[in-house]
Amino acid sequence: MLEILSYKFMQNAITASIIGGASCGIVGVFVIMMRIPFVGVAMSHSAFAGAIFGLVFGTNPLVMAILFCLGSAILIGPISDRSELDPNISIGIIFSIVLGLAFLGMGMIKGPKTEALNFIWGNILMISKNDIILMVIMGIVLLGFLFLFFKEIQSVLFHREIARAVGIPERIVFYSFLILSGMIITLNLNTIGGILIFSLIINPASAAYQITYKLKFIFLLSAIFGVASCLIGLVFSYFFNAPSGAVIIIVSSLIFGVALIFSPKRRVKTNETQSNTS
Amino acid sequence: MSSIIEINNTTVSYRENIAVSNISLTIDEGQFLAIIGPNGAGKTTLLTIINGLGKILSGSARILGIKLTNRTANQIRKEIGYVPQMCSIDPRSPISVKEVVMIGRFGKIGLFRHLNSNDKEIVETAMEVTGIKNLAERPIGHLSGGEQQKVAIARALAQEPRILLLDEPTANLDPKAQREIIDIIERIYKERNLTIVFVTHILSHLPNICTEAILMKQGKIFYKGKIEDALQEDRLSSLYGCPMKYA
Repeated sequence: MLEILSYKFMQNAITASIIGGASCGIVGVFVIMMRIPFVGVAMSHSAFAGAIFGLVFGTNPLVMAILFCLGSAILIGPISDRSELDPNISIGIIFSIVLGLAFLGMGMIKGPKTEALNFIWGNILMISKNDIILMVIMGIVLLGFLFLFFKEIQSVLFHREIARAVGIPERIVFYSFLILSGMIITLNLNTIGGILIFSLIINPASAAYQITYKLKFIFLLSAIFGVASCLIGLVFSYFFNAPSGAVIIIVSSLIFGVALIFSPKRRVKTNETQSNTS
Repeated sequence: MSSIIEINNTTVSYRENIAVSNISLTIDEGQFLAIIGPNGAGKTTLLTIINGLGKILSGSARILGIKLTNRTANQIRKEIGYVPQMCSIDPRSPISVKEVVMIGRFGKIGLFRHLNSNDKEIVETAMEVTGIKNLAERPIGHLSGGEQQKVAIARALAQEPRILLLDEPTANLDPKAQREIIDIIERIYKERNLTIVFVTHILSHLPNICTEAILMKQGKIFYKGKIEDALQEDRLSSLYGCPMKYA
């Protein structure tokens, strides 16, 4: 068992699991509490479209992926606020645009499309040292954002209009979150891929949301569940020679299932309902 | 008394609908003003002009002596406590009553700063005044509608505002909860001498201490004056478009 730790690619994969799992877990709490679950899909497909255009025009796919993701993040908030649309609608609009661009780019790639498809499926075992360095930097930025602006974040997650009414710059907080989530998703595309990353964002945070009423603990638990999903999935995929992204998602779904079954919030609600009806 | 709110010829629209049209209004410091009118009259929109949440299409407003612009709105909001209409809160929402009240201080203390002992004292006092100290650690989503309204008032008080905007704070509450909320509002007004703007479309919910009123209909001010004149039968009947009598 311990021999797998001696492989360089495995060491990188474990490091990526810890950083990526924690980052996606933290981003997931914003996504769940702001009720914008499809932001992950929109961002990952923005990154996918950017990477494809990087390949088409012979530039660095990662840089293009980041630029596309930033563009989408910058557009989603103002489209929603200025046109008074539900953020999920503006996310849907951006998603449809980047999906169209991604397919257009795929059609423009000559020859095999393997490299482009890697962004869709991802492979944590192929993570490079440079990928990890970027993930660490973004992880630190995300944690910094969380620690420095926790009281503003808590207010915005509770109620955007109330946060604005008390004088908190809630738009800056909301837009910053969108940009950060875009960056985190882009840098984690190699971990589990553009399609499945949606689950790594939603599942750990949803599981944590079932367990506690303390926002700080939700962030902590969600990060732990994200890391656990990645590490357990990684080990299983290694020993059973299964696609790592798929196994990671199955593990994160199982964690959510267990959290839902044993949720103290569910128990409290049941007891209250019973006492109210009796 | 000096005027604390001056709204001049202001129009606010939401897409193709004009929510309030060419409204002019002056409210003196320390005044308790009721805004009365049927649904869709523009009462809430008028409040959002005062706290800068509404988008002014034309006209201008001076609040607390400061001209309301995009640049000054945030600064003005810190001095205005706002209790919006009751909204549903997820029972699993991970925030306690005390944390919700603290939000009232967060805008005031600004970025990169934490609540100090004075801020915590203000939060405790706000909870005490509204009678929710025993609920401090409970999740906000577990509270009844009346309790949630008390929390909203406590949050607004934690701002130590100069103006308090109350948007139908007693709507959808049972009679006991309505009475408790009105008692709290009357007590706050007497003790703190705030400027209070109280929106309602239910006349029986008007606090006794209210002296002035404006009646709104279809985005315009229909009448402004003493409360006893505003509540005359013919005026109310005309306002609501059906026979109305204030008991």
